[in-house]
Amino acid sequence: MQNVNPINFEKIKEEPKVNYLTNGFTVKSWLLTKDHKRIAILYLITVSAFFALGGTYASLIRLELLTPASDLLQSGTYNRVFTQHGIIMVFFFLIPSIPAILGNFLIPIMIGAKDLAFPKINLLSWYFYIIGGSLTLYALLQGGVDTGWTFYTPYSTTFSNSYVMAVGLGIFINGFSSILTGLNFIVTIHTMRAPGMTWFRMPLFVWAHYATSLVMLLGTPVIAITVLLLALERLARIGIFDPAIGGDPILFQHLFWFYSHPAVYIMILPGMGVISELISNFSRKKIFGYEFIAFSSIAIAVFGFLVWGHHMFVSGQSVYAGLVFSFLTMVVSVPSAIKVFNWSATLYKGQISYDTPMLYALFFIGLFLIGGLTGLFLGSIGLTVHLTDTYFIVAHFHYVMVGGQVLAYLGGLHYWWPKITGKMYSEFWSKIAAIIIFVGFNLTFFPQFILGYMGMPRRYASYPPEFQVLNIFSTAGASILAIGLIIPLIYLTYSIFFGEKASANPWLLPGLEWRTSSPPPTENFEETPIVYWEAYDFTEESGLDLEDARNKYKVTV
Amino acid sequence: MQENSWVPLFPEQASTFAWQVDTLYFYMLAVSTVVGIGIVAAIIFFFIKYREKEKYATGAEIHGSIGLETTWSIIPFIFAMTVFVGGAYVFYNQTRPPVDTTEIYVVGKQWMWKFQHSSGQREINELHVPVGRNIKLTMTTEDVLHDVYIPAFRTKMDVIPGRYTTLWFNAIKPGKYHLFCAEYCGLNHSGMGGWIYVMEQRDFDNWLSGNVSGQTPVQAGQDLFQNKLGCASCHAGGASQRGAKLEGIYGKDIKLTNGQAVKADDEYIRNSILNPSGQIVEGFQPIMPTFKGQVTEEQLISLVAYIKSLSGSTSSSSTNSGSTMNSTSSGRETMNNGGTNSTNLVAPRADRGDSNSQGSNPNAPKTQSEPTNRER
Repeated sequence: MQNVNPINFEKIKEEPKVNYLTNGFTVKSWLLTKDHKRIAILYLITVSAFFALGGTYASLIRLELLTPASDLLQSGTYNRVFTQHGIIMVFFFLIPSIPAILGNFLIPIMIGAKDLAFPKINLLSWYFYIIGGSLTLYALLQGGVDTGWTFYTPYSTTFSNSYVMAVGLGIFINGFSSILTGLNFIVTIHTMRAPGMTWFRMPLFVWAHYATSLVMLLGTPVIAITVLLLALERLARIGIFDPAIGGDPILFQHLFWFYSHPAVYIMILPGMGVISELISNFSRKKIFGYEFIAFSSIAIAVFGFLVWGHHMFVSGQSVYAGLVFSFLTMVVSVPSAIKVFNWSATLYKGQISYDTPMLYALFFIGLFLIGGLTGLFLGSIGLTVHLTDTYFIVAHFHYVMVGGQVLAYLGGLHYWWPKITGKMYSEFWSKIAAIIIFVGFNLTFFPQFILGYMGMPRRYASYPPEFQVLNIFSTAGASILAIGLIIPLIYLTYSIFFGEKASANPWLLPGLEWRTSSPPPTENFEETPIVYWEAYDFTEESGLDLEDARNKYKVTV
Repeated sequence: MQENSWVPLFPEQASTFAWQVDTLYFYMLAVSTVVGIGIVAAIIFFFIKYREKEKYATGAEIHGSIGLETTWSIIPFIFAMTVFVGGAYVFYNQTRPPVDTTEIYVVGKQWMWKFQHSSGQREINELHVPVGRNIKLTMTTEDVLHDVYIPAFRTKMDVIPGRYTTLWFNAIKPGKYHLFCAEYCGLNHSGMGGWIYVMEQRDFDNWLSGNVSGQTPVQAGQDLFQNKLGCASCHAGGASQRGAKLEGIYGKDIKLTNGQAVKADDEYIRNSILNPSGQIVEGFQPIMPTFKGQVTEEQLISLVAYIKSLSGSTSSSSTNSGSTMNSTSSGRETMNNGGTNSTNLVAPRADRGDSNSQGSNPNAPKTQSEPTNRER
């Protein structure tokens, strides 16, 4: 085969004169950029800021819960703090984290495209995010919201004296950011794959984002409508949700969860995509059951739309509806199980490296396993009557969201950091941080399962004294977790300025993103790549001449 | 709750179905632990055994296996189905009350629980119940969503404005158990709780006798029906009455003018008072005015109880309590329930005063008369 761009290490070692980071230094060149990689960096900075804010709220919650009485924070303040923690983490961190940062940066490169299909719309989506986020921040500065991130009616429509409208509007506008990103990904994946990049040659990261984008595109409008109705109800008292004027508060819950359950999958599917990459690449072998993992993502996205009622088992919905939703919840657990088994099987007879991203991937599997299995507990309707609205559910979704998505995000960030910044970070500190995060996370959230079964309700500023011991464990864990999250901030920032220069392919991997320089040029590739290898192909057919590469890079074991 | 000095892991099993919930929990815990440890052990084993021998070596070429994929799809599915069936069975027991229940009415409001026994006693944030009796709570709220949660009974149910929800239990162990509000309801949500006192029948009778019982809900309802609201002018009087007959209707199917039939349950009676034109009984004109905004939740409960009593279908209420209470030994003190009615009524309101302008803002226009959307 001719012109089949094997990994020409000589060629990609030659730095392009201009890479995407050096292509303009003015503020304007960043704020009006249409380069998907620069937009990803904009997202990285803003999403990190929101993560820090949400984390600060989390620290306040844990400090307050150190003692049974509501002493550090009065209950009114506490209610605002947990509400804002939820809103910021869900809408402004978890949902955009992996798709808008890593997905934005990597999807075009992974499929051999120059950019996303609609570069201007991509920039627009960031502005929607910024406007929505600013409105929300404005509301927080004014005094915040105290409705819980779920905005249940009629409390949110009639009784709350907080800034529900401003935050609702913020979420409404931010929703367009999701919708546009999803739309952009779908069109890009359909139309912009490089020659030879068939659907089943795509990395599973791209498959996971395809599934995520479907949910973003189809689900987000529903929350937009719901928030709009909520605002109308507050403003004009039109009588949709408030029973005092003829509305139905349960209707709100149906509408809210019709989006917010699929949104849970927006928050975990991209993480699963990252883990598939990490497990396969750091075992240096083809992933086990590629098609099963790819289709399980799609299955999760589809079934995810049919299980919203499992948030409402004790809400007064019909008993039979509860049974049907319980059944469907059990069904949706199977694709997730398939993924876990396939990841585990991939390790078999691999050549596993212990690099930091792989540590994150292993921690992910362990924590996601606990998060997923406790999800079965909560899907079992008779058990959920006891467990719902307790700390059991808080622990469960933190295991999936933090143990899952956040760890996957950090793993992915470390994995692609050399590609994104062109610099290497400290291997030592990154391993230390990963271990601290793992230990701190478990100490924070595992006791909450027990608290939940004991019957401690969530959203309580004060609690009976018999729950204190476990709450102290949890708060201690949270402080360890906080340290673990601050360390990467330091060494990653340090690496940008003083880090060792990264080569084009520091891990010696076959994926397309490793066949261009680090950082990539603005057009991603010098010439359009032609793809003739399967995903995760470590054989010589992929053009990955490891012997040669080892010599060139003078790699020693 | 029992006083344990060690870190407790499980709440007490104090209701008839608590053990079922716990059994399901232990079953899932056991299977999850086995599966979890199995997977983690396999991962750790692979991780150590297949550590790269040489930097950047290539792993074995394995693409997948249909057999394995099928196996690990079917086994989790079967496990999930056992969990589903077990959960459904327990849920059935949790949600279906037996026929013979003692009914207690519950009204939640920010941030207190009001209970009324069918024998008339009222309680705030505390509920005394006898052991071994089927108790059914019929619940509603004056403002936002609340949720009655009793961990020791392994049951909870949302309390929803504008409709009735029910929760039942049969307590098997005398004791004092937590009552929580489990649905976020604003400023003092975590303070909206109290205690369930489960007492031996004898102690319970004593407790009843030590409390001034006001009117029973049925008596209060009768008073409202005949005097205060004047329902009797249309709904009583025999053959010539203008309104639908109410005697004997409870639990029966009622034919409506639109040809549909609807079961006359608590919810139906409630809706017919608040939104009379929503469901017109066959053969009658829509002439009844709405009583929305004119009756409180507690009055509504009394009216419903009275109308139910016209059908003689009050589920074996504790009407016997009046006769037995005098005969039991008077030396036995009731459990300390810290004063019952009037004193407690004030306390939660004082909490409410702390709310500097946040939270409760009942600017909901209570007297509007739009019809409810809810139909059956």
